[in-house]
Amino acid sequence: MAQSSEAAEGLASFPALLDRNVRDYGSRPAYREKEYGIWQCWTWAEAADEIEAVALGLLDLGVNEGDFIAIAGRNRPYFYWAMVAAQSVGAIPVPVYQDSAAEEMAYVMDHCGARFAIVEDQEQVDKIIDIQDSLTEFEHMIYVDPRGLRKYDHGKLHQFSKMQEEGRAAREKYASELEARRSKLTYNSTCVMLYTSGTTGKPKGVVLSNRNIIEASKSSSEFDNLRQTEEVLAYLPMAWVGDFIFSIGQAYWCAFCVNCPESADTMQTDLREIGPTYYFAPPRVFETQLTNVMIRMEDASAFKKKLFDHFMEHARKVGPDILDGKPVGGWDKFWYGVGQRCIYGPLKDTLGFSRVRVGYTAGEAIGPEIFEFYRSLGINLKQLYGQTEASVFITLQPDGEVRNDTVGVAAPGVELRIADSGEVFYRSPGTFEEYYKNPESTASTKDPEGWVATGDAGFFDETTGHLKIIDRAKDVGKMADGALFAPKYVENKLKFYPNILEAVVFGNDREECTAFINIDMSAVGNWAERNNIGYASYQELAGHPRILDTIKGHVEEVNRSLAEDPMLAHCQVHRFLVLHKELDADDGEMTRTRKVRRNVISDKFDDLLAALYDGSEEIFTTTEVTYEDGRKGAISATLKIIDADVVKTETQKVAAE
Amino acid sequence: MLDTNEAYTTEDGRRIGEVVMEMKNITLRFGGVVAIKDISFDIREGEIRAIIGPNGAGKSSMLNVISGFYNPQQGEVWYKGKKRPQMKPYQVARQGIARTFQNIALFEGMTVLDNVMTGRFRQMNTSLWAQAIWKGPAEREEVANREAVEKIIDFLEIQHIRKTPVGRLPYGLKKRVELARALAAEPSILLLDEPMAGMNVEEKEDMSRFILDLNDEFGSTIALIEHDMGVVMDLSDRVVVMDYGKKIGDGTPDEVRKNQAVIDAYLGVAHD
Repeated sequence: MAQSSEAAEGLASFPALLDRNVRDYGSRPAYREKEYGIWQCWTWAEAADEIEAVALGLLDLGVNEGDFIAIAGRNRPYFYWAMVAAQSVGAIPVPVYQDSAAEEMAYVMDHCGARFAIVEDQEQVDKIIDIQDSLTEFEHMIYVDPRGLRKYDHGKLHQFSKMQEEGRAAREKYASELEARRSKLTYNSTCVMLYTSGTTGKPKGVVLSNRNIIEASKSSSEFDNLRQTEEVLAYLPMAWVGDFIFSIGQAYWCAFCVNCPESADTMQTDLREIGPTYYFAPPRVFETQLTNVMIRMEDASAFKKKLFDHFMEHARKVGPDILDGKPVGGWDKFWYGVGQRCIYGPLKDTLGFSRVRVGYTAGEAIGPEIFEFYRSLGINLKQLYGQTEASVFITLQPDGEVRNDTVGVAAPGVELRIADSGEVFYRSPGTFEEYYKNPESTASTKDPEGWVATGDAGFFDETTGHLKIIDRAKDVGKMADGALFAPKYVENKLKFYPNILEAVVFGNDREECTAFINIDMSAVGNWAERNNIGYASYQELAGHPRILDTIKGHVEEVNRSLAEDPMLAHCQVHRFLVLHKELDADDGEMTRTRKVRRNVISDKFDDLLAALYDGSEEIFTTTEVTYEDGRKGAISATLKIIDADVVKTETQKVAAE
Repeated sequence: MLDTNEAYTTEDGRRIGEVVMEMKNITLRFGGVVAIKDISFDIREGEIRAIIGPNGAGKSSMLNVISGFYNPQQGEVWYKGKKRPQMKPYQVARQGIARTFQNIALFEGMTVLDNVMTGRFRQMNTSLWAQAIWKGPAEREEVANREAVEKIIDFLEIQHIRKTPVGRLPYGLKKRVELARALAAEPSILLLDEPMAGMNVEEKEDMSRFILDLNDEFGSTIALIEHDMGVVMDLSDRVVVMDYGKKIGDGTPDEVRKNQAVIDAYLGVAHD
């Protein structure tokens, strides 16, 4: 498909799409937010009115065309309005991770030269006040929640609702200006600037145009036949491209309703109350939910546990086939039906997935066992492969062709190519314009013909034609004997166990593989409680001998399963240790989207890594930690290093001889 | 400035009003034990007033006198410019004095929401009959009360445990639920008995923030007992120090910190 330069029916920007939605679906719900225990609702017409008030308020504060407006807060309608309002006045919204530390925020705001920031509460206001002096262009800050801010100097600080009031009051003065600015927006205007999570190095500002976002939203909505009746729960970080596409891109294109949870802690309850029809989550969320289910089943009575195990086994056998509409024996179908009544239905309801018609997971590879679990319940969970630079969509799995080891076929309008090095390249209407203020990176990522390097290695599956991603091209390495080293594959196998939250496998240029492991506090804590094991802290629990034994068991099981795969048998984990702290984005060990930063981890814990390879049995270490408010402290611990049994394989014997 | 009886504004812009409650020469005895000996102090509108002292100094007894749980043998309690006659605790509560307890007193089997709703008792006026029929006035009243309660739940950030039975909650959250219930009564004076006892540093910081925000946003008058000196000195506008039932100091945190009698009581002195 050639790049379309003309927008369909003049819908070339989000303010224009908003107009259409008000015209065609004015009385349908556009936003809901649970507040004070009730779902508060705004129709498209009401939302448009709010957005106009914000836009007028921004004009009143002196926003110019081309200004950057930083937006930091959890998913609330106000921030979604602020984004479209910013676009209406010709400014560019820059959503920022609200949990990022002050320096990270300073980097982003300084890099784009934001003049305005729209933030949630005192926490964000304080953070920006701290960094304000280093920001030369910064002027006004607008906050939504006034709590604790009454005494602040309000010279350049404004309350969101007051700004709206002032905007409404000044309507006559600015209405024509707003109209003029809105009419200037074209398919080429910048829609949003999103910062990459930065697994390697500093974040880069990805400039996405209206064309990128609208084309990507349009084609993906058609692919899955999304309609205005869909319900989504907006709970993913607003600074992530995924949320922008789902909660703004597709929501405006299809005119469906975006539901915002009451608080981060109530997400699960809110999910169940809304029962979304279209759901998107990174693998981490599915892992956590599965862990919770398994913990609760551990606490259930023996009979219930047995019933659950029996039906889950049956579901694993026939569930995915039934979902794909493949022929299944009558007897199996009957028992699946019984299971649906007793187990699967109630379980899906508890998880909030009763109504899910289309579910996606992306951002990282999902463990095959986790993926199968949800599909066997009859939840149409699919994988997609994408990145910020592509406005999300590169490949998607079509209904009925879902497999856990592929990421699907090229999304509509996307061309794919595999380079000789194995790296995947794509070209699409969603391909980003440029990295802001970074022409070198732009040139090295996107060639003049528009092909973009993904940085991931992959190949097309010969039987199905679907794309298979092996790993990040940078992460895939070679072991000392030249064999393929694919850490993520092993890590995902480890992470399937509820007790293991995170794993980092090492082995590049080494003789054998080793791993750092993070225990899952909720799963292990629950187990400790049931077994009368007292503990005072994460660290103490992580170092408990019985827990180390359990983890050792898991690692050895993974080794056995790896041994069956001739390609990866040599990636068995020979030695491992359980880390004394949880890997955390505040310490720079993970990105804000919770992907591990391998280089940072191996540098930071180089003493531990060395100990894994020098044969020592334990090691004393001190680690610096950053608290949420930015203060630093240190924790120290003596960690045991454990040898896991590995299965001898043919290839290893050959290598040994 | 503190000696005058007039309203003033603090450095950080809060308005401290006139005296709302005055304790005059209170003496409380349990048989031969003198728990409180001739103590006088006042509480001003909108201030955070702390009562501190070593173990057994009579702090909780003092709070119980304010809340009407104990009736002192001597002395007078003046509230809103009037002398308060002997009263039962529920009568004191009706006057707008709400409290929390040192060892949490919640309904363990009820949900957080129901517990906080009980705090609205003072605002429920419909008769038993009307409530039994429920439709009509009782329903309207409940909706209004629920709205007020939801605002408090939002303020104290306990939405995620709204429907959880209190018995299943950890200690720190129970304390917060108890504060929510006291707030639900829309008190003119809020009495907090060791709101931070047994909490870890993080929970203490959270609780301090809630107390400050409460005072700041709603102008609540708060009288609290606390052991943690750091917390007391940071939070309160004025501090009463008690030791062995006697008042040994009264003033701003700075004044109290310099008071020799207070230092002696806390650090101990060698007997000559």
